[in-house]
Amino acid sequence: MTTQASAAASVNDAASREYLVFSLGEEEYAVDILKVQEIRGYENVTRIANVPAFIKGVTNLRGVIVPIIDLRLKFNLDNVEYGGQTVVIVVNVANRIVGIVVDGVSDVMSLTQEQIKPAPEFGVTLSSDYLNGIGSLDDRMLVLVDIEKLLTHEEMQLVEHTAETA
Amino acid sequence: MDISDFYDTFFEEADELLADMERLLLDLDVDDPDSEELNAIFRAAHSIKGGAGTFGFTVLQETTHRLENLLDHTRRGELTLRRDIVDTFLETKDMLHDQLDAYRNGDEPDAQAFERICRVLQQMAMDELGQKEGAAAVPPPPAPTIEAQPTTPAVDTEASESAEPQGTVRLAITLLGVDEKDRQLLIEELAHFGELGEHAGDVERYRIELESGESQTDIEAVLCFIIESEQLLIETIASSEAAVSSDSAPEDATPADETSPHADAPAAVEAHDATASGESVENSTPAVAAPAKERSGAKPKAAKSAKGSESSTIRVPVDKVDQIINLVGELIITQSMLEQTANDMDIVSHGPLVNGMNLLQRNARDLQESVMSIRMMPMDYVFSRFPRLVRDLADKLGKDVELITEGKSTELDKSLIERIVDPLTHLVRNSLDHGLESPEKRQAAGKSTTGRLTLSAQHQGGNILIEVIDDGAGLSRERILAKARSNGLPVSDTMSDDDVWQLIFAPGFSTADQVSDVSGRGVGMDVVKRNIQEMGGHVEILSRTGHGTTTRIVLPLTLAILDGMSIRCGKETFLLPLNAVLESLQPVAEDIYSMAGNDQLLKVRDEYLPIITLHQALDVVGAKTQVTEAIAVIVQGEGRRYALMVDDLIGQQQVVVKNLETNYRKVPGISAATILGDGSVALILDIADLHRLDRRKAQQRQENQRQLSPEVSPA
Repeated sequence: MTTQASAAASVNDAASREYLVFSLGEEEYAVDILKVQEIRGYENVTRIANVPAFIKGVTNLRGVIVPIIDLRLKFNLDNVEYGGQTVVIVVNVANRIVGIVVDGVSDVMSLTQEQIKPAPEFGVTLSSDYLNGIGSLDDRMLVLVDIEKLLTHEEMQLVEHTAETA
Repeated sequence: MDISDFYDTFFEEADELLADMERLLLDLDVDDPDSEELNAIFRAAHSIKGGAGTFGFTVLQETTHRLENLLDHTRRGELTLRRDIVDTFLETKDMLHDQLDAYRNGDEPDAQAFERICRVLQQMAMDELGQKEGAAAVPPPPAPTIEAQPTTPAVDTEASESAEPQGTVRLAITLLGVDEKDRQLLIEELAHFGELGEHAGDVERYRIELESGESQTDIEAVLCFIIESEQLLIETIASSEAAVSSDSAPEDATPADETSPHADAPAAVEAHDATASGESVENSTPAVAAPAKERSGAKPKAAKSAKGSESSTIRVPVDKVDQIINLVGELIITQSMLEQTANDMDIVSHGPLVNGMNLLQRNARDLQESVMSIRMMPMDYVFSRFPRLVRDLADKLGKDVELITEGKSTELDKSLIERIVDPLTHLVRNSLDHGLESPEKRQAAGKSTTGRLTLSAQHQGGNILIEVIDDGAGLSRERILAKARSNGLPVSDTMSDDDVWQLIFAPGFSTADQVSDVSGRGVGMDVVKRNIQEMGGHVEILSRTGHGTTTRIVLPLTLAILDGMSIRCGKETFLLPLNAVLESLQPVAEDIYSMAGNDQLLKVRDEYLPIITLHQALDVVGAKTQVTEAIAVIVQGEGRRYALMVDDLIGQQQVVVKNLETNYRKVPGISAATILGDGSVALILDIADLHRLDRRKAQQRQENQRQLSPEVSPA
């Protein structure tokens, strides 16, 4: 359904793009919906030793081994819980499939260029390098995450950057 | 249908033909060449030329054409083979390969290289055949009419006369059962060859008249890119001699720019060849009956044999095979999932289901095995590139080397085959450069002057052994030790030979006194070792001074499926490669010794094995912390043995290996992952890496302890 919606949107208004909105704690974030492959529950994750805590492990996605990352841990949020409501957004970036754990997925929004404000220089945990901007929609603020840049960045330790890593 | 649709087919075919050509050239006995082999080489060149012409790859066509001419002289015994001639042929073959690559990438081949090779071939033709050309001008009796000669000044008049019948010929080409679409394409194609005459008919039988200077064989070769040779019937109607002049030699009809003075010579030779060989029927005399008969007899046979080899193999893109393998892997997982459920059921009330499950299991395993065998390729694929390399290198180094390959048909997974080439090439170069001595030295040592290099492959259990054996001087213990010392490696004179040999795998290690362009830069052996370890194998060296060196590579047969032993640690399940597992035992306190404080050793039958505690290496919570409560699995990795402490052994099972790096990255201590029957992911342990990880973590713990309690020495 999401693909249909995005296809329709791109026909209607070339200037607007669709974003999948998800929540981490009280904050609302959004990613480009074209990067999203599917949404599934959090289950059956095999832990990997000696990796940063926000890398939860790997899971079996129909025969493909997919790493799972908890953005809540990465963004240092409190109250990290895993329950029936915990959702994994499976994204496809840089030819890799990665699952990201979020607190919930709320909706799909279409944002025009005017609605996207440049990201301010802030944040130690979330550098503005990883942001596409800030989406403002009525009284809501959406942090538009450049998921590809975020996940392929060195400090995520998802992608091999150097030959030897501890 | 676009002609470029056939490009890929042509490239692949040409690649194979070139490979064949090289193999045959290398096998060729220079002093007494086998005429069958010469014919085969010629045919390969001829086929490439035909295809190149069709697709308009002029440079490729021209180069093959020249090569073909020389080959033709060779096979008719007019050109006596010498080693340097074979070298030139090989060089030309390399050039053809480059040209082919250029076309494949949509570029034009290197014009300078082309000119150079043309000059070389032309020069060779002049040098070797200069006199013989004249001699051959006297037509041999069996083919009186078509002995065309090049327009060299000496035989000028004769040439123009004899070239006449070679001119244009009226051909009747009959297409049998060719549909309209292909027919249109064929007719367009034929128009390139010459003047099209009447053409009419139906799908069953379509007759085209063509006035052309091309040989029937060439036309046929071209048309066979589109249709089968059985669908084609070419007959000569009459030669139209009137239309001929000495410069309307066949080549003019092709797109190739034939302006150089020697251009006619090849054409003439070709005509000669056609009659002489009998494989193609080229007869421009009005007496058609006899050759036509000859053809009708010979052709179907040739066509049949070609057809036979064609239908016995099919070309399939690798990703399609991989997809099947993946799907079968999924099937196996589902099957074992069902099996677990079925095992819990009551066999009395669910008899048919349980029986069905057993059948399913058997079929699924068979299917998996057959599918995996698709990916298996013979080692010949790797070994076949060495004769050339060895020959060239031996020449360069001034050594006499005989290459022996054993176990060519040993099969190995395709992905491994591709990755073994580079390490093996390196080892062969090393053996040639450092291992085998010069003929003088060999003689002085009382050995035969010809060095012997053996490449062998054989199966051993679930592994394949690949060996590079030379009967050279062997490794020098003293030199390696001296070099190791100067490199600052920790060595002692009492090290075992095996340990000394392993030193050459250290980075930046080379004992060569002089750096040659073959080897000796000191990069290499460590790369070889790393490459092979990445493939899940290891390297061993056996060497005896004065008797040679054997480098043995041990590789798993396939990377895609693994016989594993599943183990439990805490609540987590891991897999050990079964071939790494030697035995398991319940350790007793008396057998555990500690060394240098924190390191622990387990004594097993008078052998002291370092202990790797899995829960410490992988931070497993809830595992048994007392060594005596755990189970010690004796495992080996990279030629060393360890005692791995785990909580429980679960059982043996075959699993499909899934790469972690596809979506993630390399994880220390882990080689890959797999999916268990319940759909969860289990990690496959990498013994040697796990040991390194364990050491690292032990060090860390020690440092932490020291920092926490500086005055208390760690227990």
